[in-house]
Amino acid sequence: MWMTSLILALKEIRRHKMRAFLTTLGIIIGVASVVIMVSLGAATTQSVQASVSKLGTNMLTIRTGFGFKAGGGAPPPNFELDDVEAIQKQVGGIRAVAPQASTSATAIFEAKNWSTTITGTTDDYFAASQMEFSNGRSFTDAEVAGGKSVCVIGDTIRENLFDKQDPVGRNLRLKDISCEVIGVLTKRGQSGFGPNPDDQVVLPIKTVMRRLTGNQQVQAIQVAVDERYDSKAISGSISQLLREHRHLGPNVEDNFMIFDSKQLSDTLASTTRMLTGLLAAVAAVSLIVGGIGIMNIMLVSVTERTREIGIRLAIGAVAREVLMQFLVEAITLSCIGGIIGLIFALSVVALLSMALDLPFVFDYQISLLAFFFSALIGVVFGYFPAKRAASLNPIEALRHE
Amino acid sequence: MSGLIELRGITKIFGRGENAFHALKGVDMDVARGDFLAVMGSSGSGKSTTMNILGCLDTPSAGSYHFLGQRVDQFTADQRALLRRRYIGFVFQGFNLLARTSALENVELPLVYRGENAAARRKAAMAALDRVGLGPWAHHTQAKLSGGQQQRVAIARAIVTQPEVLLADEPTGNLDSERSVEIMHLLQELNRDDGVTIVMVTHEPDMAAFAHTIVRFKDGLVAGYEHNKEQV
Repeated sequence: MWMTSLILALKEIRRHKMRAFLTTLGIIIGVASVVIMVSLGAATTQSVQASVSKLGTNMLTIRTGFGFKAGGGAPPPNFELDDVEAIQKQVGGIRAVAPQASTSATAIFEAKNWSTTITGTTDDYFAASQMEFSNGRSFTDAEVAGGKSVCVIGDTIRENLFDKQDPVGRNLRLKDISCEVIGVLTKRGQSGFGPNPDDQVVLPIKTVMRRLTGNQQVQAIQVAVDERYDSKAISGSISQLLREHRHLGPNVEDNFMIFDSKQLSDTLASTTRMLTGLLAAVAAVSLIVGGIGIMNIMLVSVTERTREIGIRLAIGAVAREVLMQFLVEAITLSCIGGIIGLIFALSVVALLSMALDLPFVFDYQISLLAFFFSALIGVVFGYFPAKRAASLNPIEALRHE
Repeated sequence: MSGLIELRGITKIFGRGENAFHALKGVDMDVARGDFLAVMGSSGSGKSTTMNILGCLDTPSAGSYHFLGQRVDQFTADQRALLRRRYIGFVFQGFNLLARTSALENVELPLVYRGENAAARRKAAMAALDRVGLGPWAHHTQAKLSGGQQQRVAIARAIVTQPEVLLADEPTGNLDSERSVEIMHLLQELNRDDGVTIVMVTHEPDMAAFAHTIVRFKDGLVAGYEHNKEQV
């Protein structure tokens, strides 16, 4: 009986190509839209998380300022080297602490010049902000302590000033001083906020203070938190310490801010998760719309099919056989539609992820869900009108207009 | 001629209560094997209702129906379907061929339900189409065949299973007179040469004239039997 039903169903599909096409089209749209939306959503989430992880997952950046409120009165004082030392000595669970004294200057090498950011810091800076060297080395303790004229350059500087030459061992001019390039950083790419880490010249902090800024101000402090510790707790202790150092009374607001990269990445992750949820909701709606399409075409062909059922019953088909044929037809069309929909969706996702520079993500659970939901609608709306028709007296089915 | 069909006291009531309509009020009728019987009567006389009951497409409200000596009036829908599959061929006024389907496949259809294999189906269907003179049109779909040709396909479909009885409900109702006469000649040949028992409903005396026996219906009852000595 299965064989007979299969033969009859395939024959009917071949004879009614337009009807078969419209039915499968509904399923194709339903499956494809869900898979495309959810896959792109997941790819975006992954890509955002990847760029957040470039920041270093457990990094605190401390800057002066009054948070997001409109500030009035005098600008808050800068940090001092004492603050940095205190954090290093009094707060546990820290891998590295690095002060940052920043200014800007034009870097000159031979006939070329490039206007860039100058960062004065210690060798801990590279560890704290997870930067790697493509060439050369970091500062020695002696160079930091003695305020020597040595520098490490970002990849943008290397590209613009040295072209294909090896910069290590060459001398760069910054304002009045000349400093030797001892290292080059690996290209990192803009991580979404803050200054471009590739476009900077890094010097020992004392060199910057003495010879470029002429003051003792530290604009920012970078802290790398040991992964085994909770960054929130550490951020709390640092805050307490800085309040003491800056003589803030119990009711006075902080005049500095601590950015926790982990918090930021958590926030971004939850935002993208929300986005994915939204996309899934849109996808669910398109699945329902696709389902209604399937339902329509199935119901529209009921009149024609009722007569067909009447003929089959009159020449001796048992109701069960007719139903089996319709069921097989609906299942076949739904599966073909589902498979085409999946293939189509995967091609679109592959193309889009290339075009938008996103990772290719295939969520097989959602794909299966979309597939089965569409197939279910196809089968249900193919089957139940047929069931009603098959329960009719053959005479009534034949008379059906 | 031995008894094939025996109806006794058949009644059929449509609807209930005040709206009940008594389509048949106690019909007695016999069909002998090898007969060519025409059922005549004006519309509403009960001839089509009788035909549907004869063909096991519908069940009587009361009375008994013996087919090949077996009582079938209480059969379930599935039992009736199996009975139709084995013993009964139908020809309808409106042809009722499957759309977009070749003549050959239409004729093969009853054999599909009988579970015959593809080669046997094809052979039997081609033979049936040849019998009705449509061999060369075997691969034409319904839309490309004239009304007369469609009715021939329907006849081929009805005889391909070599049924005990062929039931024709106004088989010439949708055809012009020339085509009608051709179809009647075909039925007559099948009856005479192949021994097919035929029961045909018609309201045209010209068509009934081709039959051996004429049964007249009036107001849900058999009004008279008539042996047609001057068969055309």
